[in-house]
Amino acid sequence: MNLTELTITQAHQGLLKRKFSALELTKSFLDRIKERNKKIFAFLTVCEDFALSQAKKIDDLLLQKRELPILAGIPCLIKDNILVKDIRCTAGSKILSNYTAPYDATVVKLLKSQGAVILGKANLDEFAIGSSGEHSAFGKTLNPHDFTRVPGGSSSGSAAAVADNLCVFALGSDTGGSIRLPASFCGIVGFKPTYGAVSRFGLIAMASSLDQIGALSKNVEDAKIVFEAISGKDELDSTSVESKISNFKFQISNLRIGIPKEYFIKGVDPAVKKIILEAIKKFEQMGAKIKEISLPHTKYALATYYIIMPSELSANLARYDGIKYGKSEIQNLHPPKFSKKTLAGKKSKIKDLLDVYLKTRGKGFGDEVRRRIMLGTYALSRGFYEAYYLKAQKVRTLIREDFNQAFRKVDVILTPTCPTLPFKIGEKIKDPLSMYLSDIFMIAVNLAGLPAISIPIGKCKNLPVGLQIIGKGLQDYKIFEVAQTFEKIAHE
Amino acid sequence: MISKKEVEHIAKLARLGLSQTEIKKLGKDLSSILDYFNLLKKVDVSKVEPTSHSVLVKNVMREDEAKKENLDDVNELVAAAPERRERYIKVKAVL
Repeated sequence: MNLTELTITQAHQGLLKRKFSALELTKSFLDRIKERNKKIFAFLTVCEDFALSQAKKIDDLLLQKRELPILAGIPCLIKDNILVKDIRCTAGSKILSNYTAPYDATVVKLLKSQGAVILGKANLDEFAIGSSGEHSAFGKTLNPHDFTRVPGGSSSGSAAAVADNLCVFALGSDTGGSIRLPASFCGIVGFKPTYGAVSRFGLIAMASSLDQIGALSKNVEDAKIVFEAISGKDELDSTSVESKISNFKFQISNLRIGIPKEYFIKGVDPAVKKIILEAIKKFEQMGAKIKEISLPHTKYALATYYIIMPSELSANLARYDGIKYGKSEIQNLHPPKFSKKTLAGKKSKIKDLLDVYLKTRGKGFGDEVRRRIMLGTYALSRGFYEAYYLKAQKVRTLIREDFNQAFRKVDVILTPTCPTLPFKIGEKIKDPLSMYLSDIFMIAVNLAGLPAISIPIGKCKNLPVGLQIIGKGLQDYKIFEVAQTFEKIAHE
Repeated sequence: MISKKEVEHIAKLARLGLSQTEIKKLGKDLSSILDYFNLLKKVDVSKVEPTSHSVLVKNVMREDEAKKENLDDVNELVAAAPERRERYIKVKAVL
């Protein structure tokens, strides 16, 4: 038995039946990480000692024949924009390369309370900004299915690690597709919960009205197990809400599936379209009712998103000022104490606080982060606020309303997760707008705060294709039911 | 096309120290992205309320009380500052 291939349930059963110990399980992952991470670079930090000591604790509990929570002893990986106490947390940025987390994020606290084993921190696009995994300040992650291609971003390391059996599951964050896109490109499951269903406390903020933490896993059941563990209202995040536990008695013959015509347009790779339509056909043969629907404001979603997200991001990233934590130029800015200039009474080049800000931020942020800070600052600046930010917020209302209308007629909406197959490294990095188009089918979901999952549905020339299932707000559990059924049908 | 002066002004508002080459490049990038946003001009939003938050929640209130924090945690937070004296964070002169 290859321990690194197990799902959560399989690993849990194995531990309970003493087929292997928690230490053996963790060690087999650590060995594989040593062998593979040099190549695919999914981990920024491996916490070997911490993981081994966690695993030992679980083995002690097993010896005492205690009942164990399902995640006890399960090796996992945390995206490096989520804080784990006493472990370095970089957000993939130079500006936080020396930062150690002083506390646990709520999701981490919840995983630890079940006894999950944290193997390390996952690579990501800097500050979770990017669609390819190429924007990490520490180096790019590769797609385990094809080393010449991107794994998708921004939860690039989380997805690549799950696909390459470097962990059982991983946490990621999704602001405009950052869990679903890499899950699709790496051929695994990625779930973005309803906005607020999972606490954001301890998540390094990007765009606060869109950010959400979720799981990347080998199958839908695992995604559900992790969601059950990390979701719920948290007094440290006042936007958090309780998700509805499903009483949904699922029968595929009662299921109404909406296919939005705006998502099956030119621009979609014919190979992707073919695989998605074949899957939908299968669901129809199993008795589901397929309805064509319209989400008329879809064509405005990308522009709306690329105003709202950078605006919120530029405000959130204002905190990296070189004063409170992280890398700073402040030490380099002191005038030499007895230099001639100072003695001559001339001012040193570095005069004031503004210089500290300009130099620290100018040096600490990468290109894509700068671009979006500039864009957001522009959209929020005097004279432009109404034309851009306020306008985008109003269009956002129309996009939400589209979904509300649609969900009166259907239970779930199906789309391709991404219009293309995983693209080549370097292919889109010089053309920001074409890179942004990778997210086009996912961003409306974040704008509307809905839950959505990407599941692997087929392959084209060895490259995975993901199907996106979108549900109504707070009906996270219903999505799992539907996704599990589709997962079964697709693999029959 | 957004002017060089405008880019410099935005960079200062954003507190980003940029080189002249970068300012030129960002001017081009921003212009093409802003052109794309013109698409939104077509949408009639005259009777639409803005959405700042996708899930409707009311203001969440609590008593205005200082919670007692563990002193070690507080010290750890202060220790993260690049420049400090005792338990104070040092900054450069504002003016």
